[in-house]
Amino acid sequence: MPEAEEPQLYAPRQSIFPRSVKGRFRRLKWGLLALAYGVYFLLPWLRWHRESGPDQAVLFDLVGRKFYLFDLVVYPQDIFWLAGLLMIFAYLLFFVTGIAGRVFCGYFCFQTLWTDVFIFMERLIQGERPARIRLSKQPWNLAKIVKVGLTHLLWLLVAFATGLTFVLYWGNAPDLVVEFFTGKAPFAAYATAAFLTATTYVMAGIAREQVCTYMCPYARFQSAMFDRDTLIVSYDEARGEGKKGRAKLGRDLKTEEQREAAGVGDCIDCGYCVQVCPTGIDIRNGLQIQCISCALCVDACDTIMDSLGWERGLVAYSSQREEEGGEKARLLRPKVLGYAAVLVVAVSLLAWSVGHQAPFDLTVSQVRQPIFTLLSDGRIENAYEVKVNNKTNHSLGLAFSLEGLPGGELDMGRFRHVVLRSGQRLRLSARIKARPKVFDGKTHPVTIVATPDPGAKLPPLKHETVFYVPAS
Amino acid sequence: MADQSQQKAVQTTGHAWDGDLQEFNNPLPRWWLWTFYATVVFAIVYWILYPAWPVGKGYTKGLATTTFESADGKEVTTHWNTRAEFIRDMQSGEEALKQRAYLVKVGSASYEQVLNDPDMMAFAQSMGRVLFADNCAACHGLGGTPAQIGSYPNLRDDAWLWGGSIERIEQTIRKGRLGYMPPFGKVLSEAQIDALANYVLGLSGNPVDKAKAAEGDKLFHSDQAGCYACHTNSAKGMYAQGSANLTDQVWTVADVPDATDIKDKLARVKAVIRNGIERHMPAWEGRLSDEEIKLLTVYVHSLGGGQ
Repeated sequence: MPEAEEPQLYAPRQSIFPRSVKGRFRRLKWGLLALAYGVYFLLPWLRWHRESGPDQAVLFDLVGRKFYLFDLVVYPQDIFWLAGLLMIFAYLLFFVTGIAGRVFCGYFCFQTLWTDVFIFMERLIQGERPARIRLSKQPWNLAKIVKVGLTHLLWLLVAFATGLTFVLYWGNAPDLVVEFFTGKAPFAAYATAAFLTATTYVMAGIAREQVCTYMCPYARFQSAMFDRDTLIVSYDEARGEGKKGRAKLGRDLKTEEQREAAGVGDCIDCGYCVQVCPTGIDIRNGLQIQCISCALCVDACDTIMDSLGWERGLVAYSSQREEEGGEKARLLRPKVLGYAAVLVVAVSLLAWSVGHQAPFDLTVSQVRQPIFTLLSDGRIENAYEVKVNNKTNHSLGLAFSLEGLPGGELDMGRFRHVVLRSGQRLRLSARIKARPKVFDGKTHPVTIVATPDPGAKLPPLKHETVFYVPAS
Repeated sequence: MADQSQQKAVQTTGHAWDGDLQEFNNPLPRWWLWTFYATVVFAIVYWILYPAWPVGKGYTKGLATTTFESADGKEVTTHWNTRAEFIRDMQSGEEALKQRAYLVKVGSASYEQVLNDPDMMAFAQSMGRVLFADNCAACHGLGGTPAQIGSYPNLRDDAWLWGGSIERIEQTIRKGRLGYMPPFGKVLSEAQIDALANYVLGLSGNPVDKAKAAEGDKLFHSDQAGCYACHTNSAKGMYAQGSANLTDQVWTVADVPDATDIKDKLARVKAVIRNGIERHMPAWEGRLSDEEIKLLTVYVHSLGGGQ
């Protein structure tokens, strides 16, 4: 081990100036980026017809406590859907990572998408990699100030558009934009837009690969999901290095035959794969924690191989198994099948639950203080709190009745029948009175039934609760 | 190759123990240090703005302030503290204003309108519950049922000493009540009290000595004991006096349901006849606003089902 260098306490930041590249993965990534940006920036503007409620397709109404997603309206009671959705996302991530490595990082993560756009703008104004390196080294003058200033201004504009668009999901977009620029929007809108403008600018413009390497927990726990069959971007070392290592295209090393005779590999050490890397690593050193599997080095190497007329795939998607033994990676492995099974179950459950969303809610909870009351005629009374919630687009009449307690009487005061407006929630108090045959000190199951008016053509909803009878 | 790249990537601290035990040096990025400095700056700004350092018996109060209205209507500005923030929120917070507006709405509606409107009833229930807990629960219990029969009336059952109509309940809350039954220990003999207890328990279907009960019946309606004057000839009591209905299953003073056998029941009833009872409910008019009394009236009315 060399001990020449003084150990450093803090690692200095290496500036990275990624060179642009063309190829099939770059095309795929631009396509995905266009799709993601299209959805993100345009969705708040999409109008949607509803019988009651706002005409925005996707609207998270915090004040009204309703989330509108096209034809679905999500109420606070449906919060477990969010849990289901998060579970599905997590298992989808595990599943995809188990098979294909960090595809999320390389293709879908907003850090990657926004960084891509910011690098594109940087190149638009400051030029290709060598020009950018030159600019960063040259002393400050008017030209440098204009170029760098313009870049940051563009970044801030995109960052602000990002922050503003996020805000639009929480209110009626056309109104909110007008309010925003006339100073009439709520404080939370300005604070959120400002915060997201700042984070987008800092993360995509300045921090970039530092986010993936040092901040993102996913980069760190991915190794738990990797195995010998997981797809990774890798360098074909046997082909690239040959017997004597890589060598530049020298005078007698121009063709594959010459190189094989000289014992050098197919890698001409042009460095293109290193120059295009957004995290600044050399893929030829093997799998590294910084690698986000964006596959731009694959495009870079393919470009070079094409120009030489050699076979593609010196840098390619591969797996540890393929690298070591030449065998194809297995797709059907217990881990992958396990993730898939959980995923299928979670998706089916969520789909079933969303598909069977009750048109109205009924919950009954027993009042515990006091747990029972002795009435003047000797009967026992238990009290309950009944909550109903109309999720339909119409007003809904509900009649309450009691099941499962022979001789029991349900007393809801003047609200034995109520009419709820669309979206209305109500809390009612109910009392059940009964003359027990035996005073057994036990709870007995009873059911409160809410029956919609015949015109609504909806099935009745039942909620089971208990009736407590004291010991004599 | 793998070893080479590791040598390139990871530096060691240069320390070596036992000849070959070394430690890797994986330095933090420098900006990580800046985030630490940023927390230091944040802390200093916080000290300047908010209460922070103990100094002698006091503390540094900070520059941030909170303004609220004191009980006598004056505007008070103090250093930032959560108690003042809470008072301000309760006075001018968005939710507090909404609640107050609804309170005015319920306050100006008639009882009939409130009782027929499920929304206003839900509001009366939730705000009435809070008012009840603050003002009434000390005696009547948090749910309207006192810990023990005898101390204070149970508001959950359907027996109303002073009447369960909206008008009577409001009157009870506004003006208070004085419930009084004189002690008969010195007026009546032990045998007479025993006879009365047998009669009273028999009224609600308890197995009692028929001869004693018949004697008690006579005594009850005689001018010597004079029970009928308040409890009425039918022994069903009257709201004007707050006298209990003795014929139903609800006991408001003697804890009969808790008794183990008929002897115990008799003893408990006799104790009440012997010692009498005096219960006092204070008047809340002037202590609570008209709106609050209205909400409490509706709440108490709904507790026992009302009349």
